Amino acid sequence: MTTSDIAVSGLRKAFGDKVVLDGIDFDVAAGSVFSMLGPNGAGKTTTVNVLTTLLKADAGTVRVAGHDVATETRQVRAAIGVTGQFAAVDDLLTGRENLRLMADLKRVRSGGQVVTGLLKRFDLAESADKLASTYSGGMRRKLDLAMTLVGSPRIIFLDEPTTGLDPRSRRTMREIVRELVADGTTIFLTTQYLEEADQLADRIAVLDQGRLVAQGTPGELKRQVQGSHVQLRFTSAPELDAAARLLARAARDDENLTLRVPGDGGVKSLQALLGLLSDHSIDAEELSVHTPDLDDVFLALTGRSNMEVNAR
Amino acid sequence: MSTDALIMLRRNFKHTVRNPVTVFNAVLLPVVIMLMFVYMLGNAFSVGVKYIDYATPGMILLAVAYGLGATATEVNDDMTKGIINRFRVMDVSRGAVMTGHVVVTMLRSLISIAAIIGVAFGLGFRPAASFGDWLAVIGVVVAACFATSWLTVAIGLAAKTPQSAAMATVPLVLLPFFSSAIVPAAKMGQGVRQFAEYQPFTPIIESLRGLLAGSPSAGYTIAALAWCAGIGIVGYVWAVATFRKRV
Repeated sequence: MTTSDIAVSGLRKAFGDKVVLDGIDFDVAAGSVFSMLGPNGAGKTTTVNVLTTLLKADAGTVRVAGHDVATETRQVRAAIGVTGQFAAVDDLLTGRENLRLMADLKRVRSGGQVVTGLLKRFDLAESADKLASTYSGGMRRKLDLAMTLVGSPRIIFLDEPTTGLDPRSRRTMREIVRELVADGTTIFLTTQYLEEADQLADRIAVLDQGRLVAQGTPGELKRQVQGSHVQLRFTSAPELDAAARLLARAARDDENLTLRVPGDGGVKSLQALLGLLSDHSIDAEELSVHTPDLDDVFLALTGRSNMEVNAR
Repeated sequence: MSTDALIMLRRNFKHTVRNPVTVFNAVLLPVVIMLMFVYMLGNAFSVGVKYIDYATPGMILLAVAYGLGATATEVNDDMTKGIINRFRVMDVSRGAVMTGHVVVTMLRSLISIAAIIGVAFGLGFRPAASFGDWLAVIGVVVAACFATSWLTVAIGLAAKTPQSAAMATVPLVLLPFFSSAIVPAAKMGQGVRQFAEYQPFTPIIESLRGLLAGSPSAGYTIAALAWCAGIGIVGYVWAVATFRKRV
């Protein structure tokens, strides 16, 4: 087994009589990306706070970088960097001064060079000497992450790093995560975006109401749900009827006039399907091939769609 | 002071310089109030001595009080904007974060006190204090700044929002007006007089008044230092306890 940088077992945390974490266990291998996925209020931020020494657990053990977070707090803090859900930058300092502050507090040697390097890497060099209060949301998040990277921590916690970012900043953020992993950094990432976890993570744990309802590689999780299917949409009910009679294995949805046909979505089977339809002069208005994504996984595991939960 | 505390101090110092409202409230407002009382109202008060000589010690305390609102707001800002978690995760000691605020508040107060004393001299303030008395004045002033700064840091930590933090320091700003700062307590009405006689600002102001007039009162000075010690300890203990509790 590879060494784990984060080892959590039996972690529990309650605020008053509201149980937020109800006994969770997981391991994060050194140099990997671990993503905790869940809707708002699932307990993701509480997990991050316990793992980063900001909150004490009620029960269970948590080891980060080989040290117990409760008893060896100092050693844990020396090894980690944290970017919280809300940008923790100093508005009355410039971008450069914010980074310099981190470098000074971490006693980084040749801090000036480190700061200049980070400003360049995060595309902040031009605004380096403007106050952080004038930065846009995306720039603040970038500055925040840059501040976390000062001193090159071995393990980085990112709590919903892309929430509220525009698509371009989101992409930049993902690229940065990939670069960090290439450098051997271990990353613990929370997100509400299934697609993000799917793209970035080596392992994913799904958190729902304080419990881990599943964990594994993105591939393993996807295998837990139904296979791929082809979705056909029709313009009228008679046409849907005719197609449904023809394709006995398909599931029909009368409301949306659609038919779900199990299949792998390969070219051959598609050709056969389309051939069958045209042989019987059935006209499908629209065809789409659906491979399961983590949204399906979430639905299958919790009985609710992720979107539904977030909308509440 | 630790290196961390020096780094935090530099940060807080930059904040003060970049926030002109803070400087105005802490330095200019007390001077304006002093001009108002001495020029507009001073001749109407009969306090037994030249009014500027009577008023200056009170104005010194007023200057201390006016600098506090900004500190409470800043401390609360740190707590509510999440940067404190960054510091905690980086193992910056709670002492360093709070010391930074306390020292900057004291420096700001001392600058504003220097301005008050300078303007007072311009208005004809003629103290009879010896060199030793002046040292004692500095001692009492520093003690008062130190004590009220810790209390204010605690208020800033305990408040839920920056606005409520600023509100919570209003009583501290008003206290000098209900002391012997402007007129002697003996001239006030029933009730207010007793309050003025027994509240902490009065002995602090009276001890400064005695020292500056060259006739120090040991009783008032001891009472002043005891109040400062008490306020400082309460503020410190409250601040540390609140800091530990908040995430």
